[in-house]
Amino acid sequence: MNLFSIAWKSVKQRKVASLLTAFSVALGVMLMVVVLVIAGAVDGAFNQRSIAYDLIIGAKGSDLQLVLSSVYRVQPPIANLPYMYLDQLRNDRRVETAIPLAFGDFTKPEHGGFPIVGTTNEYFLNEYTPGKMFEVADQAGTRQLSELYDAVVGSQVAHKNSWKVGDQFTIVHGSADSEDTHDEMFTIVSVLRQTGTPNDRSVFLNLEAVYILDGHQKPIDEVETRLNDFYGNDKERLNAALMQMEELKQKRAKGQEIGDQAMGYGLDTPEAMKEITAVYVKTREVFDAISLQSELKNGSKAMAVNPIRPIKRLMTNFVGHIQSALVVLTGMIIVVSGISIFVSIYNSMSDRRREIGIMRALGARRTSVFSIILAESTVLCMGGGLTGWLIGHGLSVAFAPYVSARTGLLLDGWALNPWEFVLFPVLLVLGALVGFLPAMTAYRTNVADALTS
Amino acid sequence: MSLLLENVRKSYKEPSGNRLPVLGIARYELAQGEQAALVGSSGGGKTTLLNVISGILAPDSGKVVVDGKDIAPLPEVVRDRFRAAKIGFVFQTFNLLPAFTALENVLLGMSFSGRGVDRAFAISLLERVGLEKRLDHTPQRMSVGEQQRVSVARSLANKPALLLADEPTANVDPANQDLILNLIRDTCKENNVTLLMVTHAMEVANRFDRLDKLANFNDPQAAYQGVAS
Repeated sequence: MNLFSIAWKSVKQRKVASLLTAFSVALGVMLMVVVLVIAGAVDGAFNQRSIAYDLIIGAKGSDLQLVLSSVYRVQPPIANLPYMYLDQLRNDRRVETAIPLAFGDFTKPEHGGFPIVGTTNEYFLNEYTPGKMFEVADQAGTRQLSELYDAVVGSQVAHKNSWKVGDQFTIVHGSADSEDTHDEMFTIVSVLRQTGTPNDRSVFLNLEAVYILDGHQKPIDEVETRLNDFYGNDKERLNAALMQMEELKQKRAKGQEIGDQAMGYGLDTPEAMKEITAVYVKTREVFDAISLQSELKNGSKAMAVNPIRPIKRLMTNFVGHIQSALVVLTGMIIVVSGISIFVSIYNSMSDRRREIGIMRALGARRTSVFSIILAESTVLCMGGGLTGWLIGHGLSVAFAPYVSARTGLLLDGWALNPWEFVLFPVLLVLGALVGFLPAMTAYRTNVADALTS
Repeated sequence: MSLLLENVRKSYKEPSGNRLPVLGIARYELAQGEQAALVGSSGGGKTTLLNVISGILAPDSGKVVVDGKDIAPLPEVVRDRFRAAKIGFVFQTFNLLPAFTALENVLLGMSFSGRGVDRAFAISLLERVGLEKRLDHTPQRMSVGEQQRVSVARSLANKPALLLADEPTANVDPANQDLILNLIRDTCKENNVTLLMVTHAMEVANRFDRLDKLANFNDPQAAYQGVAS
């Protein structure tokens, strides 16, 4: 019989007290594991895994707002860019891919108020996150916005509304709780597989369809002002744009239909009247992204941001602190559990004085009885810790589908956080610390007195 | 010689700071395999004597030779190991560990000796005391007599040179008294183990060939005469 098996016997003898103290440790560790799993999922969702583009280009303003609105779709956009600026980007030798996006509408409140994203098919032909391409959940789906009123929906949107290919819906203008419903009916041509990104709770429409919706085109005079404002320093581009505006004015003077009136008859919306909210850009070289970013800093009304940096800043300065606070809080729960182990063992010491005396009379050294008590507290701490670790990960696995359906977060229940690698050494130290005083009591036990007690 | 006490003195420090002499033994010896009963009045120093012989307590002075080795000057940790290897103990109150089965209680005695456990020998000891069907029983599930028999088996687990028995029959019924007494004496004889049994019951002491009265060879007052307290 080794010291651990002797300690284990003692733990079993005080079954109820041992179970309760180990359970308190298990509870603390379980909470910590769940917090770490969720933190890992949040971290993953807001970091490199979230987008496979080098730059997001949008109207000048807060870089964080641009990323939150265009990547995470949780904030209103800053302002729009002229569609003609997209052509300019596409013709830039540094740009490999430039994908336009237009936001501002939502599915109806009863359909979850999910954001509408007007874009082109290129969006689905590129990786949404490094190394991962969009896949269709429904084999009937095409992943292509072929027709004007086609729609591709994210997994969460489809799940929430039980939508499938062929289903139709209408959307509202302006905000998620708006009652201003557009007349156009959109048909689902594809349901995307879950990605664990904001794409899961987005609805993608044909960009051209967005322009024909009521209220999406600005009056010609306002467009002219906005072009002036945007291209003020770039006379060549401003003149080209104004020339197009002039043509539109002449058409209007002759009583011809322009803009959304024209779309109803299958005519293209004039480029000068189109706007986009943001552009996802992949550059040819890493340096190209830096060059484009710094170029736009000077004098342009657009800005280019690295989609990772503002979020990292947010995570570090805000979310990171909350996560750390939660980890510290759960850590404190574990420490309190450790103290309960101390109290439990320490209280049992007076009852066990005779036992210790017997062991010593049988030849156990002081260090042996010291080690037995220390082993007991360590067994309780580690046993409770291991149980809590398994329950924590088990719960994460069990609840992952539910959390994913509700929040879009992809929980990897068995993903190990680096903190977990220090958890068990810390528990070992904690077990030794809380067992030290009772172990010293055992060490100092007077055998002769203990045997006659 | 299995046990030799020479000029052994032991006193306790009282809360007042004075020393209370308890033992003062000029010479006491037991030959290898010898069996002796030791009788003495309550508070006469019997338990202190057993604690000194077993090395649980160190004497203030003198020699305590067990199986040829003077353990008095040894540090506590060496005395502990020596006790585990050379001395068996049978207590008045059995002192079995309640969480452990009969077999585990015997194995526990072996595990502290540093020589490893011999499960087969532990089982054979329990068979020898008639508990082959009680190996997996914890003390709570055994009668008083059975518990004391486990205690006897445990005391022999490390093949000791000396067995110290402290009133082993005091808490058992008359039927079991004989059984346990015979068991201890017979197993000691079979294994050539020296036996020193402390008792206050003369009917028990009278069954031994050698009966020593502690008061006859213990004179603490004389031993501490002239020693500053």
